[in-house]
Amino acid sequence: MAQLRELRSKIRSTKNIGKITKAMELIATSRISKAQARVEAARPYASEITEVLSAMATASSNLDHPLLVEREQVRRVAVLVVTSDKGLCGGYNANVLRATEELLSLLREQGKDPQLYVIGGKGMNYYSFRGRELSGSWTGFSQQPHYENAAEVGETLVEAFLAGGEDTTSDGALGVDELHIVYTEFRSMLTQTPVAKRMAPLEVEYTESEVAPAYDFEPNADTLLGALLPKYINTRIFAALLESAASELAAQRNAMKAASDNASELVETYTRQANQARQAQITQEISEIVGGVDALAAVGSDD
Amino acid sequence: MAEMSVELVAVERRLWSGQASFVVAQTTEGEIGIMPSHEPMLGQLVEGGVVKVTTTAGDTVTAAVHGGFLSVTAERVSVLAESAELGEEVDVAAARAALTDADEVERERATAKLRAAGQTV
Repeated sequence: MAQLRELRSKIRSTKNIGKITKAMELIATSRISKAQARVEAARPYASEITEVLSAMATASSNLDHPLLVEREQVRRVAVLVVTSDKGLCGGYNANVLRATEELLSLLREQGKDPQLYVIGGKGMNYYSFRGRELSGSWTGFSQQPHYENAAEVGETLVEAFLAGGEDTTSDGALGVDELHIVYTEFRSMLTQTPVAKRMAPLEVEYTESEVAPAYDFEPNADTLLGALLPKYINTRIFAALLESAASELAAQRNAMKAASDNASELVETYTRQANQARQAQITQEISEIVGGVDALAAVGSDD
Repeated sequence: MAEMSVELVAVERRLWSGQASFVVAQTTEGEIGIMPSHEPMLGQLVEGGVVKVTTTAGDTVTAAVHGGFLSVTAERVSVLAESAELGEEVDVAAARAALTDADEVERERATAKLRAAGQTV
């Protein structure tokens, strides 16, 4: 009797959980297409700015800007990690953090001192739990990043980079000699892969075009480059944020789908067990009655 | 009539693209008018500038552009902006309200938006 009631309450609560995960799955699904549309919408700007930059590189062969020059001695490097603010997205954060750890140990092997910059609450928790010091952290926009967010992050990083590995920035943060980013690339609805890339110094591809148009610069090439390169870094960060947002939603959808499937499977198992228990109970009741009648009949025949 | 393809691109979306016969923009050096077969040029646009495009059909497209660049080749003009808004999309009332904003950058942006929307400031 008690067992049947227990099973029924288990079925009820599993069904409720299933409803919630199903709803979350649907929400994530509807947001993925929006996130993907935003990735698409940001693409024209990224390709244009790349084009402009390579045009500049082709036009003026002696580009000279700190963001383009390899430092002879690399002491400190900045590593920007893009994680999510909320959980319930399967291995998304674990994967990106594992990729980060790999990058960090690689950098340490090369004798570089990595400085961590983290986007997203999950990453912050991960490192604060382990007592690691963060040079910078931002939260609150992991699912819907805007360009202003990327620009804010970019400004901090570029400032640290321009200060250089032996110096500190005006607000006391340690300067760095290289910028790296770890984020999750959106391959498809089912696969998202964490990738680590170097953002600065930039590698400009000098395209060997036959007709290099003689560009006019307004103002001069150096000023223009100085204004353009930080924006280019911001664009790279923004693109990474958008990709990560899409990946996060896809990971969440997959995790919630798995959870809903598990819930319905559990409900099925519990229902079967509950039916068995109910059947066993009925059988027992019948045999008790039959036994009782038999006993009574036996007593009556003795009279 | 000669024409060139023009792209107005903001970071989060493409605002407008099409064929045009004339583009006016303000670079940090001054106002510049571009017609097809202009010499190749890269320019930095002023904060809170207005870009005006005359299409081949004779219409005018205006946009308020913030923190942008201008890239010109003989048959292509692209305007890259950190943020931009087409004149017809501007919320005039909100922009008017922002005119009295304490932040100077905000005021400049509002002015540019109103000018793009064809309002006098």
